[in-house]
Amino acid sequence: MLKILEQIGRYTLLMGKVFSRPEKMSIYRRRIVREMEALGLDSIGLTAIISVFIGAVITLQMSINLESPFIPQYLIGYATRETMILEFSSTVVALILAGKVGSSIASEIGTMRITEQIDALEIMGVNSASYLILPKIVATVFFFPFLAILSILIGIAGGYAISVLTGIMIPDDYIEGLLYDFRPYSIVYTLIKMAFFAFIITSISAFFGYYAKGNSLEVGTASTRAVVASSIVIMIFNLILTQILLI
Amino acid sequence: MITAEHISKSFEGHTVLDDISAEFETGKTNLIIGKSGSGKTVLLKSLVGLHPVDSGTIRYDDTDFTALGFRERKAIRRDIGMIFQGGALLDSSTVAENVQLPLDLFTEQSEEEKRARVEFCLQRVRLRNAGGLYPAELSGGMIKRVAIARAIVLNPKYLFCDEPNSGLDPQTSIVIDNLIHEITHEYGITTIINTHDMNSVMEIGEKIVYIHEGRKWWEGTKDDILQADNPELNAFVFASAMAKRARANVFSGR
Repeated sequence: MLKILEQIGRYTLLMGKVFSRPEKMSIYRRRIVREMEALGLDSIGLTAIISVFIGAVITLQMSINLESPFIPQYLIGYATRETMILEFSSTVVALILAGKVGSSIASEIGTMRITEQIDALEIMGVNSASYLILPKIVATVFFFPFLAILSILIGIAGGYAISVLTGIMIPDDYIEGLLYDFRPYSIVYTLIKMAFFAFIITSISAFFGYYAKGNSLEVGTASTRAVVASSIVIMIFNLILTQILLI
Repeated sequence: MITAEHISKSFEGHTVLDDISAEFETGKTNLIIGKSGSGKTVLLKSLVGLHPVDSGTIRYDDTDFTALGFRERKAIRRDIGMIFQGGALLDSSTVAENVQLPLDLFTEQSEEEKRARVEFCLQRVRLRNAGGLYPAELSGGMIKRVAIARAIVLNPKYLFCDEPNSGLDPQTSIVIDNLIHEITHEYGITTIINTHDMNSVMEIGEKIVYIHEGRKWWEGTKDDILQADNPELNAFVFASAMAKRARANVFSGR
């Protein structure tokens, strides 16, 4: 318990350093664009592939489980949309990104630590925490919500495609379900969640990388710890944010 | 000039530096030598502020470096260049971007001026056409030369080198040593090199401080070192067969 509190304290101090006034904004702008490409654009493929299959599987499972003359078929489309918007495209995609982006951030910064690249920045008088971590946080907080939107659209398209390809339900019913009782606030809710999750993934992974010690083995350990810690914190904040934003 | 006065440093109760005092002279290549684990890297990193000392004072000319906070140290840090053991180049940046980074961060120069300065520094370390390469594409010697180029890009007053020859063949080591020596004299820099390479000591050592078990055991010049009457230092200096022969020659008058 004491160790967890110590870690939280170190994390808070690190975030204090990260959010101190940047040395030169033009440098940070360039780095933010680079990070958007490395952490955001490069995650589009993975997000799209997982979303299309999950959307299709949700539609299949709904149609199998809701097979009854008393249940209108459009509810399958409705259920797919709600599942994609409320949970999959924010929480599950965030967990997947914690694995991909989180481990990449922790190992990148961890390697920089053990190969003295961070020391080199400090010697130059650069606030290394801010220089390395802030652009990553800004990039993911702005880009990950876009991935959530993309995931929603592709997941819903996956559901539609499976209904057309298998004939398991009438595609028009699916579309009717997608439009049924749509509340735009659900999208706002998922975007807010995703922005929070982006911050959690990036800052926690950077924290574990920044304080990595020793050799390449330790970088691997830091990377694993980053993914585990990010995933747990995501689940905790999913509960908290749902309580605050939806209830 | 950089002066260390009675500095001590310990990690988790284990004393690594014990009451070290030394003066590192301007315009000279000052060498810190000693066995692996003797504390010379900790001493070097303490001098640049990467390890805060437990007690003692470090002065850069007339400024008490140990009394300054992070922001106040910035002014001095801009006068410091450092070459790390592994080069410590940013892996995700090209050679030119690595060298340009201090200019981007601390000057208001135009892109053209910065490019010209980067080109000059790369040319100075004889790496004219390597600007577009990434660190992973460079040899060990080239990495060290890029690190030197990055260290001198802001015209530093102080240059620190942590084992600049580690992992290099003897010929490349001499090239790197001579380059650092030339730059030191060309720009009148206070250079401190941390090494256990006796070739470097005999080639470029103008002032030498010998560290053993975290304490300063000896200091002098490369001319004094072969005749020093210090058993610990002698054991270190004459560890290699070549050095033993050199000593025999000195005493036989050859």
